[in-house]
Amino acid sequence: MAKVKSLADLKRMKEELQSKMDLREKSNDPEGLVQIKVAMATCGIASGAKEVMEFLIEETAKRGIRTVVTQTGCMGYCYAEPTIEVQIPGKEPIVFGDVDIKKADQIVEKYIKNGELVDGIIPVNYKTLD
Amino acid sequence: MKDLSLHILDIIQNSVRAEASNVELEIREDLEKDIYSILIKDDGCGMSDEVLSKVLDPFFTTRTTRKVGLGLSLLKQSAEQTGGKLEIHSKEGVGTELQVLFSHKNIDRPVIGDIAGVIVLLVSANPNMDFVYKHHTMKGEYIFDTKEVKEILEDVSVTDPNIMQYLKELINENLNTII
Repeated sequence: MAKVKSLADLKRMKEELQSKMDLREKSNDPEGLVQIKVAMATCGIASGAKEVMEFLIEETAKRGIRTVVTQTGCMGYCYAEPTIEVQIPGKEPIVFGDVDIKKADQIVEKYIKNGELVDGIIPVNYKTLD
Repeated sequence: MKDLSLHILDIIQNSVRAEASNVELEIREDLEKDIYSILIKDDGCGMSDEVLSKVLDPFFTTRTTRKVGLGLSLLKQSAEQTGGKLEIHSKEGVGTELQVLFSHKNIDRPVIGDIAGVIVLLVSANPNMDFVYKHHTMKGEYIFDTKEVKEILEDVSVTDPNIMQYLKELINENLNTII
């Protein structure tokens, strides 16, 4: 049987990561990163928000997009869960509804990479004209 | 909810909202007594007796975005379907303690599911909070403590995807030795 992982191995891994990180730019300014908030209340979790959040964390890292993926509560769109809010630096945040893995993939590829809008936007943050 | 780990993720969000800094999750499997027990303890803001008396009501919530609060009710129903129960104790300014008991062998007891994924997600989404996860079975016990992890990691964040992946494997492999 293979050896079970332990905290001692974690230390080795941390050192490896640290040496890699020095090469990368160190700025950890959240303002400059794409911010994704996944709604994670009862309604979100029951609809699969956990899988979507894991997907977003793993895939944005794999595809070299620097993001901050966090959790938020229920935004009141329980009918459209899982919902995520995406804020690209310098742009207004946009809320997407019914986000499964497929939709999340589209959002990453089209909206986050190219700024192209995809279906499923929940119009919450419109402003009235003065 | 598909499995117990999702219930746990849901319930611990309450601790997050209660601004707890320490959350303890203890799962105890006792086949002899036919008990599958989940204990969640936090040091958040706690609840007044008035709120506490209403939390199990599905039409009570402290949220303003919607009028229902199903998290605890769903877990309670799930436990009661197996002949178990849910108990919740809370003290304002001290914290909240919740215990759910399931019949271990009952066919209606949901499986635990991806508990490692849930723990890692909670840890990375709340890097300022500390979590302890204890799992006891007839074969032994496993304890995962974020304080120990953070001590090793020093200035490397638990939100790093490589670290998250590693922690998930760490928990899974250790659990597999006792489940």
